[in-house]
Amino acid sequence: MSGYRMKRAARLALAPSVALLIVGMIVPLATTLWLSFRYYNLMNPALGGFAGLSNYEFFLTDPAFAQAIVNTILLVGGVLAITVAGGILLGLLFDQPMWGRGMARLLVIAPFFVMPTVSALVWKNMLMHPGYGIFAWVAMKLGLSPVEWLSNHPLLSIILIVAWQWLPFATLIFLTALQSLDHEQQEAARMDGAGPLDRLVYIILPHLGRAITVVILMETIFILAIFAEIFVTTSGGPGYASTNLPYLIYVQALMQFDVGAASAGAIIAVVLANIVAIFAIRLAGRNLTA
Amino acid sequence: MRSLRPTLFKAAMTFLGWAVALLLFFPILWTVLTSFKSEVEAIAFPPAFWPSGWTLENYFEVQERSEYFGHFLNSVALSLGSTVIGMLIAIPAAWSMAFQPAASTRHVLMWMLSTKMMPAVGALVPVFLIFKSAGLLDTLPGITLIVLVGNLPIMVWMLYTYFKEIPADILEACRMDGATVWKELVHVLLPMSLPGVASTMLLNIILAWNEAFWTLSLTAVKAAPLSAFIASYSSPQGLFWAKLSAASTLAIVPILIIGWISQKQLVRGLTFGAVK
Amino acid sequence: MGSIKLDGLKKAFGSQTVIPDANLEIADGEFVVFVGPSGCGKSTLLRLIAGLEEPTDGRILIDGRDVTHAAPARRKLAMVFQSYALYPHMSVYQNIAFPLKMAGEKADVIRVRVQEVATSLDLLPYLERRPRALSGGQRQRVAIGRAIIRQPAGFLFDEPLSNLDAALRVSMRTEISELHRRLRSTMIYVTHDQVEAMTMADRIAVMNAGRIEQFDTPLELYRRPANMFVAGFIGSPKMNFIEGARAREYDARTIGIRPEAIDWSIDSGKWRGRVERVEHLGAETVVHLSLDTADILTFRTPLDERLVAGRTIHVSPREDSIYRFDGEGRAIPGPKRNP
Ligand SMILES: Nc1ncnc2c1ncn2[C@@H]1O[C@H](COP(=O)(O)OP(=O)(O)O)[C@@H](O)[C@H]1O
Ligand SMILES: [Mg+2]
Repeated sequence: MSGYRMKRAARLALAPSVALLIVGMIVPLATTLWLSFRYYNLMNPALGGFAGLSNYEFFLTDPAFAQAIVNTILLVGGVLAITVAGGILLGLLFDQPMWGRGMARLLVIAPFFVMPTVSALVWKNMLMHPGYGIFAWVAMKLGLSPVEWLSNHPLLSIILIVAWQWLPFATLIFLTALQSLDHEQQEAARMDGAGPLDRLVYIILPHLGRAITVVILMETIFILAIFAEIFVTTSGGPGYASTNLPYLIYVQALMQFDVGAASAGAIIAVVLANIVAIFAIRLAGRNLTA
Repeated sequence: MRSLRPTLFKAAMTFLGWAVALLLFFPILWTVLTSFKSEVEAIAFPPAFWPSGWTLENYFEVQERSEYFGHFLNSVALSLGSTVIGMLIAIPAAWSMAFQPAASTRHVLMWMLSTKMMPAVGALVPVFLIFKSAGLLDTLPGITLIVLVGNLPIMVWMLYTYFKEIPADILEACRMDGATVWKELVHVLLPMSLPGVASTMLLNIILAWNEAFWTLSLTAVKAAPLSAFIASYSSPQGLFWAKLSAASTLAIVPILIIGWISQKQLVRGLTFGAVK
Repeated sequence: MGSIKLDGLKKAFGSQTVIPDANLEIADGEFVVFVGPSGCGKSTLLRLIAGLEEPTDGRILIDGRDVTHAAPARRKLAMVFQSYALYPHMSVYQNIAFPLKMAGEKADVIRVRVQEVATSLDLLPYLERRPRALSGGQRQRVAIGRAIIRQPAGFLFDEPLSNLDAALRVSMRTEISELHRRLRSTMIYVTHDQVEAMTMADRIAVMNAGRIEQFDTPLELYRRPANMFVAGFIGSPKMNFIEGARAREYDARTIGIRPEAIDWSIDSGKWRGRVERVEHLGAETVVHLSLDTADILTFRTPLDERLVAGRTIHVSPREDSIYRFDGEGRAIPGPKRNP
């Protein structure tokens, strides 16, 4: 095959993927943008027409929106804090010699493979249930009164559930990064008289820098979009206490049928995600040429 | 004495490591154990750790009451369907970008990555409206299509990074040896990147199986895979923990095994190749 | 069957022109070496001939047939890569058989041919092994086996020995020369090592910055280099180049003197200089001398205890081995001495 025909074949091979992504992601996104400037309510088809910025105004002035933004940030921040700190500790721990390390590691990463609806249900019922849950039993054993996790600390509960799901991810990535640490470098540091703490601070943590960035970015992208866990456990409540942005949009669109307002909310969510994505893509881009 | 210290250290680490591991694994273990208890035992307080009867009744009942295996099969169809079709689309794309790069290749890759980073909720409203008018709501083809689109960027990226690792020399040797593009793909490219192809498929199966946003919003009764169906157990009428556990166990065990098998490659897939 | 002609061949990568204008005629059965410093475009030129790169301009003819735009497999050329480029997932047998399989050859024909080739390359005991279970030399032979099995009109080698250790390199060198003697097919061999070039080639194309500076037999290159680049590249240690008054004396901008064409003595000679450094290589000694101007002169001589750093000695170039070059570095033919 000549170079020219080869090139044409290559463009042809790429086309289905690009087309599918355009149809499946870009077109809907553009439509969302368009809808966000329209009056459009599935329950009230008579209403229609250009809405200007009123959908945005409606969404942005809705007290639920401010709360959802705060919740979204708390959720992302809380989960990140737990998983990054915990992941580094666990990564270091499972990098040490131990008997049955491979097996223990399998147990640690297992939560990551549990589907979000299942982990939310298991935590909600069997762990956090104030009457029969394991946490209540532990609290009783310690002489405390059981905590009403989901009613009194809904957001914290969701943070815990999501952190449990994502801690294995962070651990796995940090472990992988630690294993690529140059052993000669470590030995050289020991020859230079560096103790374990020095090695941690001057060699290991800097080495993990890239992995930490990756974990933060990838988790942020996924946790900004957390939905099922809220859907299953608290339905965003009580009130809006555990409603995040995706859930608010979902409620607006599929439960209150206000397509215009939901679309405005979705565009806001996209803009927020974009801010993170820019950093993530830069990072991946650097990786691309390497 | 000299050899005792490392051993002691190892023992301490073993204890600590296993304690942490069991603690993190406990919710899963607890779910599996509870699935073998009677409903009464499941909500016993203080909890009964070990099932006394080891009954399989919950598993049977889950099926009888709710066509559980129908939903299980939906999950299988969704994950296998989106994976196989996805690979058929992603392999040519990755091949094209890895071996016949154009000036735009870098941008295309970046763009694909950026679509994955868009929150799905941004597309929810139009997708819902289109599905509604096209009669795709609560159908397997519909949900398969949308999950496939969602995961396609990850598939292309992963395959791309694996293809990139094949030395250019080998492919040139292959062309010198008279292989056509098709034979090159079949005899050299795919066999050489078999581990990569396999782990890409496994990762996609995991992601599709556990997908919950689209399945919760676009499926209801007929086409609901387990990720959506299980959510129906959150209804407040009564506590059916043993049945919930049986349903959950069936839903997570297959994917847990696949996840364990592919853990190494997963890191790479989920970080778009940034961490290997 | 295997004459190769390059006609005004040009290759640019984007705005960077790597091969400006290559013209070359290689006769059937010839062993030609492309030699030149790293990055001068040897591989690019070879890959153009192989069909792995599209030329920007010009033509390639094999046996008089224009193959400029033909697919690599259509050119009846086989290539041995620096990395060997063996298929890691195939056995040695499958690797060698691959080109025939791609050509749709029958299984029993393939079997016989692989046996033949493997026998000639001493690979019979390893046919079932994977490449990674072979030594460097064995891998090299598998790569050669894969090349010879389809009886190509010509072979292309891109620095095939550079991944081997020194001893193996010498023996593989002989083996490839042997192969050429046996097969009598055209071979083009790329290397940056002038010793490899001088020992193996019928003719050598010396390349510099994408241009073929000279295409000639090894001895002609040594005796009559076309310019300063070739003169400096062929021969080791490098030819000495001297400018200024000493060159003007010979009616040239620059004169070149090979290190082996200089005689020395303690007390009398044409030029006087100070010994800066002495390298004893055993059979011979290489001396670096600074002439009383800033010029450095290197020469080789049999071992002599009197040559020590710091000593002042006299040297004389052999007048009949002085090369003269003009302002553009081109060799000036004709009488060497200024009357
Ligand atoms: N595919 C390519 N794209 C851009 N530049 C290239 C490419 N291949 C080679 N070059 C450039 O062409 C020049 C010659 O390279 P090459 O032929 O590999 O040299 P050699 O084999 O003599 O060391 C180098 O400057 C190199 O950077
Ligand atoms: Mg080269």
